Amino acid sequence: MRKVTVITGHYGSGKSNISTNLAMEAAASGKKVTVVDLDIVNPYFRTADFKDMFSENGIELITPSYANTNLDIPALNFDIERIAKSDGYLIVDVGGDDDGAVALGRFSAGLKEFGDELDMFYVINRYRYLTKEPSEAVELMYNIEAASRLKHTAIINNSNLGCDTVAETVISSLDYAEEVSKSVNLPIVFSTVPNSLSLDDNRFKGIEIYVKPFWER
Amino acid sequence: MKGNEALAEAAMRAGCKCFFGYPITPQTELAAYMAKRMQKNGGVFLQAESEIAAINMVLGAASTGVRAMTSSSSPGISLKSEGISYIAGSDLPCVIINVERGGPGLGGIQPSQADYWQATKGLGHGDFHLLVYAPASVQEMVDMVINAFDKADTYRMPAMILADGLLGQMMEPVTFPEVEPKVYDKSSWAADGHKGQREHHIINSLYLTPEALEKTVVDRFAKYDIIKEKETDAECYLTDDADIVVCAFGATARVVKSAVNEAREQGIKVGMFRPKTLWPFPVKEICKATESASKILSVEMSMGQMVDDIKLAINCSKPVEFFGRTGGVIPTPAEVLAKIKAMGGNN
Repeated sequence: MRKVTVITGHYGSGKSNISTNLAMEAAASGKKVTVVDLDIVNPYFRTADFKDMFSENGIELITPSYANTNLDIPALNFDIERIAKSDGYLIVDVGGDDDGAVALGRFSAGLKEFGDELDMFYVINRYRYLTKEPSEAVELMYNIEAASRLKHTAIINNSNLGCDTVAETVISSLDYAEEVSKSVNLPIVFSTVPNSLSLDDNRFKGIEIYVKPFWER
Repeated sequence: MKGNEALAEAAMRAGCKCFFGYPITPQTELAAYMAKRMQKNGGVFLQAESEIAAINMVLGAASTGVRAMTSSSSPGISLKSEGISYIAGSDLPCVIINVERGGPGLGGIQPSQADYWQATKGLGHGDFHLLVYAPASVQEMVDMVINAFDKADTYRMPAMILADGLLGQMMEPVTFPEVEPKVYDKSSWAADGHKGQREHHIINSLYLTPEALEKTVVDRFAKYDIIKEKETDAECYLTDDADIVVCAFGATARVVKSAVNEAREQGIKVGMFRPKTLWPFPVKEICKATESASKILSVEMSMGQMVDDIKLAINCSKPVEFFGRTGGVIPTPAEVLAKIKAMGGNN
C-alpha cells in the first residue's frame, strides 16, 4: 500500500465500499489510516456513514463539514496535502464522475509531489448503466483525469449487481475489465467478489459489502 | 442503476419526448441524466429558469399531444402546484415526479414522505385529482413510470410518481422491459396545428359561465369514479393470518418488511399492506388484507398523513395506530418491531 491512495469512478461504481474495505484491511494489519470523504456530489450513501465503525477500528475519518446534514453546500474545510504529509496512510474517496473529481483537482499540485508514493485507482463496474461498454468507461476515466488534473495508476474491477451479484456476475466481468485495462494501458489491481459468495477463485479478491441500505445491515 | 437515473431512462423508453426541469437535491441526477441522453433519443431536454416555468412548459408540450414530464423535490413541487392545477383543469396527460425531502419550508435534503397529503389531496386549487403511484424499489420506479404515462394518456390527466430521496439515491439492479409505446388517438383535442383543415383545438381551463365550469368538473369526477374502481393496486405480504397489519408505502415499506420478517421469526403474527397507488387509495384491497387483523399500524416518514385514509377505507372498524419519523429521519426495523410489540403483537 502506498502512502496515498485516491479512489475515483462513476458514481455508484462502489468507490465508497472499496475505500472502506481498503481502510479496514490496512487498520487490521496495524497501519495508521486516515480516510477522507471528498464526495461533494452525493447527498447520502457515503463513507461518512461509517463514522462509528471507523472510530471503533482506530481509523480517522475526515468529511466535508456539512456531509449528512441538510446543508447542500460542497464546502471543504481541510487540506488533503497537509493530512497526507502526516503519519500513516491516507485513502481519499472522491465523488462520482468528473463532476465529483473537480474537488480533487483543487489538491492536484500537492498530491503530485508524492510521486511514486501516490496511487490513483479508477473503479469500474460493468453493470453500471452508463459504463456498460468499455469505451464508455474509458471516456469517463479520461474525463476524471481532466477534471482532477491527476493521472490514474491502475484500475479496480468492482463489477457487481448489488444484492443480485452471483459468481457468474463477477466472472463475466473479467473480459470487460481486461479490455478497459488494455485501452488505457493501466494494470488491474484486483477484481472484487463479495465475501458472502465464498467464491474460491484466485482471480478475485474478496471484499465485505459495507455500503447497502441500512435495513439490510 | 441509481433510482433517479432509472426514472429518467424509463421515461424515455416510455416515449417521453419533452423533459422540463430545474435542479433540486435529492432528484438532480434525473435531470442530469436527461440532459445527457434526451437529445440523443430525439427529444427535448430543457432546464427552465424556475420550477414554475418548467411546469408551464409541460402544459404547453402536453397540449400538443406529446409525452411530457417534469421532476422535482418537495419545495419545487409546491412551486409547480399552480401549473399542475391548470394541467388538470385542461385535461392534459403528463407525468410529474416528486423525489420527496423533508419539509415544510426549505426543510432539508434527507428523505421524507411528508408530501402524501399534498399529492393525494391538495396539489393545487380546485376540484381535481392526480393519479399517484408510490414505488418501493428502483425496479418499481421503472415499471411505474411506464405505466403512469399510459394511464395519464388513457384518462387524459396528470400522473405523479411519489418517491422519496432514499429511492432516488439508492442503487439497485433493474431490468428494462421492452416497451412498445401504445398509440393514443389525440386527434380530437391535441393543439398540434390545424393546417387549415379543421377547427382550432383550444386547450383551456377558463369557463365563462359557472354552469359550464360545473359541468366539466362533474364530468371529470365521473371519470374519477371509474378510476377508483379500476386503477387501485397494492401488495399484501403475510397478511392472510396476521393479527397486526402494518401499512407502509415507498421506501418505508422496505424497512417495514425487514421488521415483519424479524417479528415472524419471533412467532408474531404480523403482515404488511403496501399501497402502490395512493390515489386512488386501494380500499377494497386493504379491507381484504386486514380481515384477520385486530389492529392496524401505519408507518410513515411523516407525522402520519396516511392514517386517515386507512381509517376511512376500513370505515374505522379497527384501531389504527401510527409510528413514524419525520424531518428526514428514517425509521429503523428495530423501532418498527418495538412498536409492533408495544401494540401487543403476539403469537
